[in-house]
Amino acid sequence: MLKRGVGSPCTRKGEPMQKKNCYLTLFLSTLKLSAFTFGGGYVIVPLMRRRFVEGLHWIDENEMIDLIAIAQSSPGPIAVNASIIIGYRVAGVLGALCTILGTVLPPLVILSLVSLVYAAFRDNAIVNVVMGCMQAGVAAVICDVVISMAQGILKLKKALPIIVMVLAFVGQAVFHLNVILIIVLCGLIGAINTLQMCKKGGQDT
Amino acid sequence: MIYAQLLWSFIQIGLFSIGGGYASLPLIEHQVVDVHGWLTPLQLTDIITISQMTPGPIALNAATFVGTRVGGLPGALVATFGCVLPSCIIVLALAWVYTKYKNLGILRGILDGLRPAVVALIASAGLTILVSAFFTSGAFSANLSDVNGVNVVIFAVCLIVLRKWKPDPILVMVGSGVLGGLAVFALQYLN
Repeated sequence: MLKRGVGSPCTRKGEPMQKKNCYLTLFLSTLKLSAFTFGGGYVIVPLMRRRFVEGLHWIDENEMIDLIAIAQSSPGPIAVNASIIIGYRVAGVLGALCTILGTVLPPLVILSLVSLVYAAFRDNAIVNVVMGCMQAGVAAVICDVVISMAQGILKLKKALPIIVMVLAFVGQAVFHLNVILIIVLCGLIGAINTLQMCKKGGQDT
Repeated sequence: MIYAQLLWSFIQIGLFSIGGGYASLPLIEHQVVDVHGWLTPLQLTDIITISQMTPGPIALNAATFVGTRVGGLPGALVATFGCVLPSCIIVLALAWVYTKYKNLGILRGILDGLRPAVVALIASAGLTILVSAFFTSGAFSANLSDVNGVNVVIFAVCLIVLRKWKPDPILVMVGSGVLGGLAVFALQYLN
């Protein structure tokens, strides 16, 4: 009994959910998120955080950042990768299949329709104005999630993560360093730091 | 035959586009314009424009667009499948390792090292969108006449609303598009 609760976070109001409902919730959640990831893959982060961390409480804030780190380090679109990991984390391989389906369906349907009338869509004045304004909203949504996540890092009150965060931001935003390079370097820094702490711990005892 | 080509092209696009977003653009261009000639360079520019106006990753949007042109609905399905296949395999393998060993010292260390980097990368992507929303030229400019005043106001209002009441971000995004659009047309009407 206890093990089932530990294995899957699939619950509603603290009660374990039926498997079938869990898959359906995963599919419908990612379907909705994918239909609204305007402005590039990273918008999926605030949307997923809202749904799975704050709404359903299926994963916690730190695990969410772990999952994004894995999505970011893997090939392919971040939004797709993040959906696969969430699905797998919550309900195994079948869960991942549900979230993949939910993620690819909206672009498939929308682009199929748009490709029929794409010149008219591209040149439509109303669409252009609405999308232009939406960009400001998207920027605010990303800014909001960055403030929350950065507060989480600052709250650790450790120098190293704060320095890494600032350097990675400058590296990417100012010097346009390769994302892979930044990820590998930061992963290495984390690994070396852990090894050193283990060494210290070993000497103390 | 055309389906096999579509599948293989988009598997390569999915496999080698690391870093997300526009990192996949040169790959898409190479496969669909240079190698196969499925699209003209101008059509590719259209896809980028349309991708900015529709939800979803640009690689998936390109898969559907190219697939539909080359092989109808089955073409779109095959290209989309090819695009997500490498992700599925690699991400599932990593997710398995993560759930099994996430409390292992060294993996924990690597993930803890990545955490601030992830925040920084999201911040950088946000800054790019912010700059493109604030300046009508799409790039940073010291010239005040290039500043899109309506978007600066929308951004400020959205951020205050988000911090204060924590609404669903989807509502904020859609609201900014609809209310902002109305404001722009109202301003045009008044002038």
